Amino acid sequence: MTYTNRATRAGFRVWTLLVLVFLWLPLVIVAVLSFNTSASLAWPPSGFTFHWWGKALHNDGARSALEMSLKTASIATVIALVLGTAASFAVQRFKFFGREPLSLMIVLPIALPGIVTGVALNSAFREVGVSLGLMTLVIAHATFCVVVVYNNVLARLRRLSPNLEEASADLGADTFQTFIHVTLPLLWSALLAGGLLAFGLSFDEIVVTTFTNGAGNDLQTLPQWILSNLSRGDQQPIVNVTATAVMIFSLVPVWAAQRLTGKQGGLAGR
Amino acid sequence: MTAVTNPPAAARAGGFRRRLSRFLDARPRVRLAALLTGPAVWLVVLYVGSLIALFLTSFYQLNEDGTGIIKKLGLTNYHELIDKSVYRTVALRTIKVAVAVTLIDIVLALPIAFFIAKLAKPKARALLITMVLVPLWGSYLVKAFAWRALIGSPGGVIDKTVGASPGYGMPAVVIVLSYLWLPYMIVPIYAGLDRLPDSLLEASNDLGAGFWTTFRSVVVPMLLPAIVAGSVFTFSLSLGDYIAVQLVGGSTQMIGTVVYDNFASNLPFAAAFATVPVLVMVLYLLGIRRTGALENL
Amino acid sequence: MRNTHIRRARSVVVFGTALALFATACGSDSKSSSGGELKAIGKGEGALSIVAWAGYAEDGTTDPKVNWVKPFEDQTGCKVSVKIGNTSDEMYQLMSTGAYDGVSASGDSSVRMIDAGLVSPVNTSLVANYADISSFLKDQVYNSSGGKNYGIPHGWGANYLMYNTDVVKPAPDSWSVVFDKNSPYKGKVTAYDAPIYIADAALYLKTAKPELKISDPYSLTQPQFDAAVALLKDQHSIIGEYWANYSTTQQAFEQGSTVLGTTWQIIANLVSGAKKAPVATVLPKEGSTGWSDTWMVSSKAKHPNCMYMWMNYETSPAVQAQVAEWFGEAPANTKACALITDDTTFCDTFKATDSAFASAIKFWATPRKKCLDGSGDNCVPFSDWIKAWTEIKG
Repeated sequence: MTYTNRATRAGFRVWTLLVLVFLWLPLVIVAVLSFNTSASLAWPPSGFTFHWWGKALHNDGARSALEMSLKTASIATVIALVLGTAASFAVQRFKFFGREPLSLMIVLPIALPGIVTGVALNSAFREVGVSLGLMTLVIAHATFCVVVVYNNVLARLRRLSPNLEEASADLGADTFQTFIHVTLPLLWSALLAGGLLAFGLSFDEIVVTTFTNGAGNDLQTLPQWILSNLSRGDQQPIVNVTATAVMIFSLVPVWAAQRLTGKQGGLAGR
Repeated sequence: MTAVTNPPAAARAGGFRRRLSRFLDARPRVRLAALLTGPAVWLVVLYVGSLIALFLTSFYQLNEDGTGIIKKLGLTNYHELIDKSVYRTVALRTIKVAVAVTLIDIVLALPIAFFIAKLAKPKARALLITMVLVPLWGSYLVKAFAWRALIGSPGGVIDKTVGASPGYGMPAVVIVLSYLWLPYMIVPIYAGLDRLPDSLLEASNDLGAGFWTTFRSVVVPMLLPAIVAGSVFTFSLSLGDYIAVQLVGGSTQMIGTVVYDNFASNLPFAAAFATVPVLVMVLYLLGIRRTGALENL
Repeated sequence: MRNTHIRRARSVVVFGTALALFATACGSDSKSSSGGELKAIGKGEGALSIVAWAGYAEDGTTDPKVNWVKPFEDQTGCKVSVKIGNTSDEMYQLMSTGAYDGVSASGDSSVRMIDAGLVSPVNTSLVANYADISSFLKDQVYNSSGGKNYGIPHGWGANYLMYNTDVVKPAPDSWSVVFDKNSPYKGKVTAYDAPIYIADAALYLKTAKPELKISDPYSLTQPQFDAAVALLKDQHSIIGEYWANYSTTQQAFEQGSTVLGTTWQIIANLVSGAKKAPVATVLPKEGSTGWSDTWMVSSKAKHPNCMYMWMNYETSPAVQAQVAEWFGEAPANTKACALITDDTTFCDTFKATDSAFASAIKFWATPRKKCLDGSGDNCVPFSDWIKAWTEIKG
């Protein structure tokens, strides 16, 4: 790194540290408060206890909401993986009428504010007579998840040389064998990155969810449960527990995905 | 994908899969249709269709009692939007907030992304990016509510620790939104920097440019697609936000607030006002097509 | 890579699109079960989904000691799912989705719901406790129409002026403190975030500006309406936050970022209970707006039997006592008064049996073009109130 000097590097290091502190400070406060003896948001905390963590484990509402969120995010991610990959193959390897508009339309669900997507889908579902529930929720989530998979796979496809697939075909593999044994392994880290991001987007989504999920406490996703319990006296610390727990659980998958994608990025060849 | 026109003898052996594979190999159009139908139907029929339906609704009117929608096309809602200055005010205010948040996030993100991509030890890179991404898994609501407790004045955490705090209002909205969307700006810029070869920076240095000159005239222009990609997130998320705004904005109204308030009582009008952020984002997307940002999202 | 212009692919896509459109147009029928008037209460359906004001259906999540939903679930087997509506407008929107069995509606949404066919008439003979409901709550304009009864009254109360006793001195007795453009509490005043609050401004002007000749704050002619809106636009400059969610304003009072404004008694109770900030409430001399809430049954109710059981349960003296005390309102069934043992003056404080006092409170109602007080056909309809509210907030 001959193009920087010590001072510049130190400056960057300090900035990075400050930004990371900025990002994490509120989260650390939330995490610490989840161990607070008092249920209030006052700082500094009054004492230390595992009480709320215990309560959260037994909280039916939080558990069923967590289940609902996991279910929704999983199904939506799978749909997004299928549609996103298909679309990216179509766009990258063919020229067809409507290619550019399609690319734009794929981006639209994530580029338009959630409230617009939510209101539009809600009116459409009500007009057509579909009752809101898991299906409408998954449809809505998959819609904005497609683009993250699409972009990741597209970027990878662009960098892939078609030689490998041709060679596979020349050696006698049919389309499906080539796809499964040659193409997919080259793509999998893009799918992983896209899938993880899509899962995360769906898991934490609240606005579109508000408009496209069914009524009833048993259908609530985790963000909806959090919203209805955020300020409700006794529930506040349990909400803090859930948020902290989700972050802790996400540490390993996110880090692992980064390690794995980093390696593959070099393999695919730039 | 080049079509295989001469399948070797071994492949001619039976099996449904092989027959299907040969069928598909020989017919690129069918392959395309198979790939395209799913996404196209989903996006065009479902999504764009519902947007068009919403746009149509914006031409209907609420009946006087407020109990139902009169499905007659008319421009009443749009006249209202244009006549009453409050809607212009709210729209402009929201756009200003979105621009401010985007600029702040770009400034905050560039150095940290550069550090992680270029200056940090390779082993530390995964860890650092993880530290940027994991906050995205902390619930948006919990973060926004934590900021409500932090930034209140008097009585908020910052106020009690430092003695002063912006309190609930526009500055708080800008701060909190910048905080919430920051990772969405860091990630594309990091990815863009990752693709930027070190050799380019070294070459610029060899040619005599100081670091900041290199940064300004080489790095940033090459990062433009990535920066613009990040801005799509920060811009669109700010344009439509109403939850964080309500929690820390005091009496501030933004586009999302007005749409949300009217959704409950006057859907056609909410639909009409919702065309504002749609228009802004569509124009923005069309404008940035040339920068190649759309591929970096 | 061979490039091919795909006409056939396009036609496949178009065909697929048309097919999908056709399928969605035929759509699934949303079966609306008979949420109509019941002839008899049958077996409980095992579930109940209601929209309620905060504090009306406590299930232990706000305070583990406060739970009257669980006994109901145990008694009837109807598992209750409560959706809290923060404003009448929100409740109206929730009910219009048809996804709930019932709602505790105030007068500024109940009439709209009746008119829009969102709620069914209620067979009051099936609700045993209806007989004990205060007579001045029965057959009112906000819970009956066309000679039919649409709900079971739940309770009523006024909107109070709440203030932080440490900060706001001297103790206020007039709404003028929240309408004072030069208020010393600028930035720390709150107001209710709903268009119906315009009536509060109108009620204040009834006394403050008698030349406007305002009599009913829900029947406003254009000049009267404009004056109220102008007052609120001035008020905007001293408002710190508007509140819709009762717990956010509770938190604001507790931390001190709000010290003055209109609230409900339950908020005062919760803030005092938390012992963070000393607050007191007062019913100002100009009078107050308020609400008289009625449990109504959705016309699309999937669990009407459970809903009727709920309505009977909520209006039983024991539960009325709990609700009234927790929320801070006058119970509709005054037999509850004898059961409020830790505060024997409760019903007197809330004037539960005082029908004259009840008629002095300007209960939330739905403004219509045809003036509610019968003064003519030139009043400002609610849809204009909604639009004005956005302008007021600026």
